[in-house]
Amino acid sequence: MLSFFARRLVQGILVLLTISLVSFVVQGKLGDPTQQLAGQSVTPTERAELRQSLGLDDPLLMQYGRFVKNALQGDFGESYYYKQPTLTVILDNMPATVELAFCALLLVLLISTPSGMFAAIHPKHPISKVILFVSTLGLSVPIFIVAIFLVYFLSVEWQWLPSFGRGETQQVFGFWRSGLVTQDGLAHLLLPSVSLAFVLTPVFVRLIRAEMIDVLQSDYVRFAWAKGISAPRIYFVHALKNTMLPVITVGGIQAGTLVAYTMITETIFQWPGMGYMFMDAVTRVDAPLISAYLMVVGAIFVITNTLVDLVYGLINPRVRISGYSI
Amino acid sequence: MLRYFTLLMCLCWLVPSQAATGQTLRLALDADPVSLDPHEQLSEGALQYSHMVFDPLVRWNKAGQIEPRLAQSWQILDARTWRLQLREGVKFHSGNDFTADDVAYTIARLQGSTDFKALFGVIDQVTVESPYSIRIHTRHSYPLILNILAFVFPIDSEYYQGRDEITKFGRSFASANTSGTGPFRVTERLPGQKLTLTRNPNYWDPYSPGNIDQLEWIPIRSDSTRLAALMTGDVDVIASLSPIDIQRLKRRPDFHLASLISSRIIMLQLNQSRRKELQDWRVRRAINLAINQELIVEKILRGYGEAAGQVSASQFLGHVDALMPEYDLAEAKRLMAEAGYQDGFSLSFMAPNNRYMSDEQIAQAVVGMLDKINIKVALKTLPKAQYFQQFDERAADVMMLGWQSDTLDSNNIFEFLFACQNSTTGRGVYNANGYCNPQVDDDIDAANREMNPERRIRILQRVERKIQQDAVIVPLHWQAIVWASDTQVDIDPVLNFQNFPYLGDLVRHPEAGAQ
Repeated sequence: MLSFFARRLVQGILVLLTISLVSFVVQGKLGDPTQQLAGQSVTPTERAELRQSLGLDDPLLMQYGRFVKNALQGDFGESYYYKQPTLTVILDNMPATVELAFCALLLVLLISTPSGMFAAIHPKHPISKVILFVSTLGLSVPIFIVAIFLVYFLSVEWQWLPSFGRGETQQVFGFWRSGLVTQDGLAHLLLPSVSLAFVLTPVFVRLIRAEMIDVLQSDYVRFAWAKGISAPRIYFVHALKNTMLPVITVGGIQAGTLVAYTMITETIFQWPGMGYMFMDAVTRVDAPLISAYLMVVGAIFVITNTLVDLVYGLINPRVRISGYSI
Repeated sequence: MLRYFTLLMCLCWLVPSQAATGQTLRLALDADPVSLDPHEQLSEGALQYSHMVFDPLVRWNKAGQIEPRLAQSWQILDARTWRLQLREGVKFHSGNDFTADDVAYTIARLQGSTDFKALFGVIDQVTVESPYSIRIHTRHSYPLILNILAFVFPIDSEYYQGRDEITKFGRSFASANTSGTGPFRVTERLPGQKLTLTRNPNYWDPYSPGNIDQLEWIPIRSDSTRLAALMTGDVDVIASLSPIDIQRLKRRPDFHLASLISSRIIMLQLNQSRRKELQDWRVRRAINLAINQELIVEKILRGYGEAAGQVSASQFLGHVDALMPEYDLAEAKRLMAEAGYQDGFSLSFMAPNNRYMSDEQIAQAVVGMLDKINIKVALKTLPKAQYFQQFDERAADVMMLGWQSDTLDSNNIFEFLFACQNSTTGRGVYNANGYCNPQVDDDIDAANREMNPERRIRILQRVERKIQQDAVIVPLHWQAIVWASDTQVDIDPVLNFQNFPYLGDLVRHPEAGAQ
């Protein structure tokens, strides 16, 4: 167990180092931050002085060294635009994203599991055909079209739901600004999480269906039928458990897709989360914030995948993480 | 059926607007100010904000004239000295009295600000004569004193003193705290999310008809989200709109559209230093003739712009009525042949894709137009942050640029775009055409000192004519400013061609929405 974590930690550090290096190399190509924050009448000489004062003219390696040194002390720099430590900015924006992703994932789980199972158990049923058709649609329609479509009908034409933002939020546990506890906040959450769920669900529906069909034909299920075990027990306990194995693996990989999709969703709905903040930082060439965000996302990745591996071990006793068994 | 539908729509529309009682105005723009410090950045957003929370000494009205604000009157004592009489009885948000010391303090602070020092460098000294009168001494005779005084938004010297450093890349007292004299005071700021302002109950201007008690400034980046927010009633006023969105909104009687032509000129810079073909006057002239400005304005901007044959907007002194956009393909081809390029050549062209109205589509149209005179254009469009980095490096033969003259005077355009380049004085910083004409430079200097209006007009018009004669650049159009609101708000009276709406004077009629 310990060696597993130690290995993960080393891997995680390597991943973060790579990300930070890439984010540094890319930064020079994003634009000149002093230009974004200086008016048109500032002379090139003065702009050069500004760049100098920010240390932007130093060799890339030197800047990188400085960044790593500060980062090791927990200092990820200060955002040019927010004028606050980047980590504070990211943590301030994190609750919005976490709530959005959580609700979307909940929707994904609640929709994909039953529909995937149904389509596997009754492959010839008309409803299964509909499920498959809709999932194809979800796979092929880009998220921004879904989002704009939803906004157009539900907000603009019928005026049922708000079109942007997070609505009313409340502080819970003293640090977390939550939109889940107010009615207004929930109304604002609906459209973004539905559009996010719409593009993520199809993959899982198809995956669950394919796996379930496979599992239902396996020997142990047939044996269960022969033994006379009730259908619900076979489906939900024996078959579903094994169906979920690959779903968890894919789910871990999909975390990346989720990050990318939340960025788009947040931009469309002006959702004040990390993704929107990042897109904004890119337009503003807020370099410290960009680096810090990439590091945080990298860390989230490493952690999710570690968790996925742990859960995998718990569900599937055949897979033993070395050192994990007694 | 349709009637019921409309009725239903109106009912739906009424629900959210009635909920917004009190006079709260929610304003969605594409960005919010970077800082609460009015002297940190000279940008459209910062100046829009300054007009809400601070008051300028003088300001431009819609007709293009300067009107008194905190400066009540002014007189020219001699070519280098001005006297300003200041308004009495004005209080800052902190409760401190507004006096001449605040003005002197503010001008000194502006002279120390990276962004503003270029404008205020001409001021040598400010002397306080009495609590409500000051003298401004300039380094040389300078005709545009009032134009730069429109950028002086006096701040509370007592409040800021001692903690007034201007920091572009970090926290400072002034970037988070304010005390101005303006119609609104800052109540809350969530950067990137919302800026909440409340009406200053002690506002000095008895003639201001404004009745907005609370103003929420919400930055919404995406054009379509901003439009959706207006259409759902989540916000009351939005700017700016893309031409397609304008068409969509036009069909809806329950929204107001207000637009006016700004003085921001969009142009193509033809870089003579990069390409020898462009050094030939005939080629540059041919390019000018091959580009159909009227068509761009009509088809791409859908009328929200004015085709330009020069860089000075009609309000500017350098504007020459006779310089109209010309389009003559046959003549263009003839000139190309005469220059020996009948078979054409190829050019690289860069344009931003999120800076000016429909910039990318305009750039694509230009490619098509130049193709007709056999110039093969390789176009690359970039987001503004990357684009302006490329612009600084003069990375393409043709580059698109928009320019708004800070002083609302032609000479500012000439200085930055047509003077010979000099990186320390800032002259010709945006000159991506490689044009350098000592005669033009002399005229620019002269116009900076000439106090006689008629003589000054002659100088400026001479430069304008020379630039067009030499076909240095291709002027495209002056971009329109477009604002949209619900029917309760009529934004039109407070708009101006600088795009700094005087929202303190904005009136909202709650009953109008029920019609």
